[in-house]
Amino acid sequence: MTPTNTPTLKDAVRYGLLSGLIEINLSAIGFILLLHQRELVAGAFTMGHLFLFTAPIGFAYLLAKKTAAHSRSRVLGYGAIIGALTALPLIILVFLATAFDIRQFLLNISPDLITLLTFGQSVVTGSLILLAINVVLGMLSAALYLLPPQWRKMAVSGLAWVAISGTFSEILLGRLRSFFGRGLTDLIFTGKSLNPGFAVFILVAGALYSYFSQRRHARKEAEGDRSDATVLSLPIETINKIILGVVLLLLPVLLGSYLTEVTNNVGLYVLMGLGLNIVVGFAGLLDLGYVAFFAIGAYVMGILTSEGALGLGMGFTFWTALPFSVLAATLAGILLGMPVLRMRGDYLAIVTLGFGEIIRILALSDMLKPFIGGAQGVLQIPKPSFFGIDLIQPGQLYYIILACVLLAWFISARLRDSRLGRQWMAMREDEDVAEAMGINLVSTKLLAFATGAAFSGLAGAIFASKLTSIFPHSFNLLVSINVLSLIIVGGIGSLPGVVVGSLILVGLPELLREFAEHRLLMYGALLIFMMLARPEGFWPSEVTKRELHAFEEQHQPGTSSD
Amino acid sequence: MLQRLKEIDMLDLFLWVFRTVILVVVVWGTIATIIENPYPTQTWMETIVAGIAQGSLYALIAIGYTLVYGVLFMINFAHGEFFMSGIMTATIFLAGPMSASGYLDRHPYLGLLWITLVTMVVSTAIAVLTERVAYRPLRYAPRLVPLITAIGASFFWQNYFRGLFGSEVKPFPQIAPFAGKITLGSIVVLKTHLVVIIAAILMLIGLYFFVMKTKTGKAIRAVAENKDVAALMGIDVDRAISSTFALGASMAGIAGVLYALVFRQIHFFMGFIPGIKAFTAAVLGGIGSIPGAALGGLFLGMFESVGPGLFLEGLGIPAPHQLKDVIAFTMLVLVLIFRPQGILGERLAEEKA
Amino acid sequence: MLILKATGVTKQFGGLIAVNQFDFELPEGKIISIIGPNGAGKTTFFNCITGFYAIDGGIIEFDGHIINSGEDTSHPIHRRPDQITHLGIARTYQNIRLFSNMTAIENILVGQHRHFKTHWVEAIVRSKRMLQEEAKALEEAITLLNFVGLQGLGDQLASNLPYGAQRRLEIARALASKPKLLLLDEPTAGMNPNETREMTRFIQHLRDELGITILLIEHDMKVVMNISESISVMDFGMKIAEGTPSEIQRNSRVIEAYLGRGAAAQA
Repeated sequence: MTPTNTPTLKDAVRYGLLSGLIEINLSAIGFILLLHQRELVAGAFTMGHLFLFTAPIGFAYLLAKKTAAHSRSRVLGYGAIIGALTALPLIILVFLATAFDIRQFLLNISPDLITLLTFGQSVVTGSLILLAINVVLGMLSAALYLLPPQWRKMAVSGLAWVAISGTFSEILLGRLRSFFGRGLTDLIFTGKSLNPGFAVFILVAGALYSYFSQRRHARKEAEGDRSDATVLSLPIETINKIILGVVLLLLPVLLGSYLTEVTNNVGLYVLMGLGLNIVVGFAGLLDLGYVAFFAIGAYVMGILTSEGALGLGMGFTFWTALPFSVLAATLAGILLGMPVLRMRGDYLAIVTLGFGEIIRILALSDMLKPFIGGAQGVLQIPKPSFFGIDLIQPGQLYYIILACVLLAWFISARLRDSRLGRQWMAMREDEDVAEAMGINLVSTKLLAFATGAAFSGLAGAIFASKLTSIFPHSFNLLVSINVLSLIIVGGIGSLPGVVVGSLILVGLPELLREFAEHRLLMYGALLIFMMLARPEGFWPSEVTKRELHAFEEQHQPGTSSD
Repeated sequence: MLQRLKEIDMLDLFLWVFRTVILVVVVWGTIATIIENPYPTQTWMETIVAGIAQGSLYALIAIGYTLVYGVLFMINFAHGEFFMSGIMTATIFLAGPMSASGYLDRHPYLGLLWITLVTMVVSTAIAVLTERVAYRPLRYAPRLVPLITAIGASFFWQNYFRGLFGSEVKPFPQIAPFAGKITLGSIVVLKTHLVVIIAAILMLIGLYFFVMKTKTGKAIRAVAENKDVAALMGIDVDRAISSTFALGASMAGIAGVLYALVFRQIHFFMGFIPGIKAFTAAVLGGIGSIPGAALGGLFLGMFESVGPGLFLEGLGIPAPHQLKDVIAFTMLVLVLIFRPQGILGERLAEEKA
Repeated sequence: MLILKATGVTKQFGGLIAVNQFDFELPEGKIISIIGPNGAGKTTFFNCITGFYAIDGGIIEFDGHIINSGEDTSHPIHRRPDQITHLGIARTYQNIRLFSNMTAIENILVGQHRHFKTHWVEAIVRSKRMLQEEAKALEEAITLLNFVGLQGLGDQLASNLPYGAQRRLEIARALASKPKLLLLDEPTAGMNPNETREMTRFIQHLRDELGITILLIEHDMKVVMNISESISVMDFGMKIAEGTPSEIQRNSRVIEAYLGRGAAAQA
């Protein structure tokens, strides 16, 4: 992004229209109104508002960044134009909706939405307010770019802290109350949201935090980097690991049972993600039917241990059935892997998708109903027990999932750093050459499929016994897409990326129920966005980082852009 | 002898067993069905016509896959959404109100024409927009990258239209002249099936001439041959690619209208499975070839319609029609393993050499 | 002793016969070149030797094993490329095909693949044997890197190396499998005269130091005439001449094949 030509009025108009287009679509699909239910600051500001004004703020800031280098005087004007043009289509929508019954076509253009857009005022007054707010926000956002960097960072940090704590206020409230009692929480919250006074406090605190951390940074740089500081003669890295370990062990206590349940779901997706990461991230084989192995693991667990009509009744417990679940999934991974070994990447994706569907349809069919229950599924699967204690609480299951995740992580990391990891990488880079180097593609690919399937089968087995009943519809394509999305968002081939991706794509929608409704829409948009803007993911693997670094070095020798 | 045995590739052996098992199941099932003879001839005839109609729909959608693959060598996973978006919009904004006001009863043909036009425009617009935003910037990225954005686009559009119009199934009004059945010789056929088949044939012929004779068609073919050379010859490659998407999407749009006529139900998820099936059809016929897409669609439609009754009924499998998707996907796998160039395609074989 | 023997090798693509009844013998320890105009079938022949293509007719024998034989033989055999590499053939590519997102050392380590013995399970438990093997492999890889003159560049991404270094790295990767026969596909393509001279010396050095038999495809006649002990000339998939460099220079059919086409006029 080297700004060679000065942005013109035309650019401002284009940005403004684009911003308006985005906002009107977000309104029309019901996104804004749904998020309006979550208050960030009690009585004043909701998440709906946040998203309603994201586009104009973002576009105004972007254009300001491009313009400021050339002409500082135009920056504010452009910001105002973008704001006004964002408001315009929304105002038209408001007038149309009051004049005609648009709702018979677009069911989300509801009176509530109109109230939201006009701030509860009459159509004309409300429209003017909407216009004014957009113009002011556009100008403010543009002006933000004109501030000295230190001030800008402080402002952004303060606002971000308010947005984040507002978003999670309900959870924060629950946790704080259980630890410190009502006295404290009544000070901070009104209802379930932050009260305005405390929001201002957070804003100031966030800004101050940013100020001090910037000063500390500056001082550190002046003194020279002394990052090799040690405490108790242990390197920082080890201490971090110990802290992380303790936190992981105490997590159920810290989080309470609802959040632990969410964590368990995230954990199962991490487990699947680690498996698919081997197949897609390490070996470069795009598998869209990954859910099949999850299903097989779950069904084997279900049938072996169920106390219902479909159970085998051979006295299997969770622990004795677990190896069979994993084994069955692994075998399925090899069997389904064999026919696709000679297929090219994109065909492989579609065929594996077909396999996933075949498994689901078979599970639903009358043909296999006597064995696996068809649409009625398998019921009465016992929860795991540990030395006679039934693990019923999410806090207890948590440790099983944690152990499995750690095991899968360990195996992934070891394999990645071994000869097999290099083979996978070579195969991902160039299959023909890899084969010419003496690598047996058949066994190398099958090992990837088998390991991936084993992790997924493990997750499936735990899933079955966690829910105590399983149905075919739990194993649809969306699970595969979900897992694929999370490893791409986290960073393909990156182990921490799997966790980050799961937290964002599985954890967030469970915490923010409003998001859950539009979760697939956001996955789709996120996949496109990641590929366009940040293909390495949010927590890239070392290899990907290296690749991108090399790319930068090649393409912009000696220059550093912003 | 033992030496020979050692030299057989384990993978080849597995694939041979795989193929043989499927062949045996199909032949055995077919023979058993013929002996059992569970359905009268009339039922078989109806099934075949339904299969041809279904196949015609697949063929029209498959065109889009084949055209895009021919030009960009990418599987446009979101193509099924182009099929859905047009007819969904036209149903909500046009067909519904026109039916309620009685316009559709008074002017059925004109009404259908309006619906078709709106459908094509919306489908095309969605396709061109998707190409511009999600595919064009990634044209030179590694192959899997545009596939991933295509998956993203597919889910985005599905849920975008779900957000706009809601998630419940919407009725598509019955159009009077196409209601009921018609007798052709000894067989009785649904009128809508006949309409679908005739429309598809006309569209395919029209498309063939468009691609072969018009300037845009020639530009598309030139870009499919070689983008760089085409650019040197003064062809606007971006534009040709956009028109490829537009062409494919308008065919998918028409398929959407025909689908609505037959099934009279519209849903935001309706594009996904037909999209994958149509891709199967395109591969079956030989991806990159327009006649191949038509042939592949027809084959797939027939197999899917006749297959469960013919192959599976005789094996004593309960409710074999539940498994028609299994037949379709198994065909996809078989074709990709044993004849990746499809029935008519040469392209892949060339590409590999 | 012959290390490679090809008899009547034929490879067709549809109607096009890329290699036609090609006979070829390669004695151990020699440097032999195959030359010929573009599209004569040289690279296709390489691909038949390395098992990338199954041949339609004839037999290719390497070191006493039949590695590729056509439908016309008593029982057709087609060994996979990885199996052939395990027998001791390694190659480079005309348009360098390194694993460009892996480091130089990693490229060589992949090349060493056939000498690794430990199982992947040992990689998970980090057995002593596996760690020793990795350490030894790394040591050998560094030795090889130094041997091809890329000291200290081991951690560089392959794609970041300069062109000449990439060629050398590709040869190092091929050498890592400790082959008996090394196939070099136009090793001096795209090099300037200086680099070309260096590469020529390097190839000779390879044979003299390591005793590896070398089969070369090359367009630069100076290189070919300098280092080959024998030359085979291909045109339209067939062998049109064979002999020492001086014999080939005088051969009228060769001159016709080249000059008649107006290509590679240096001949």
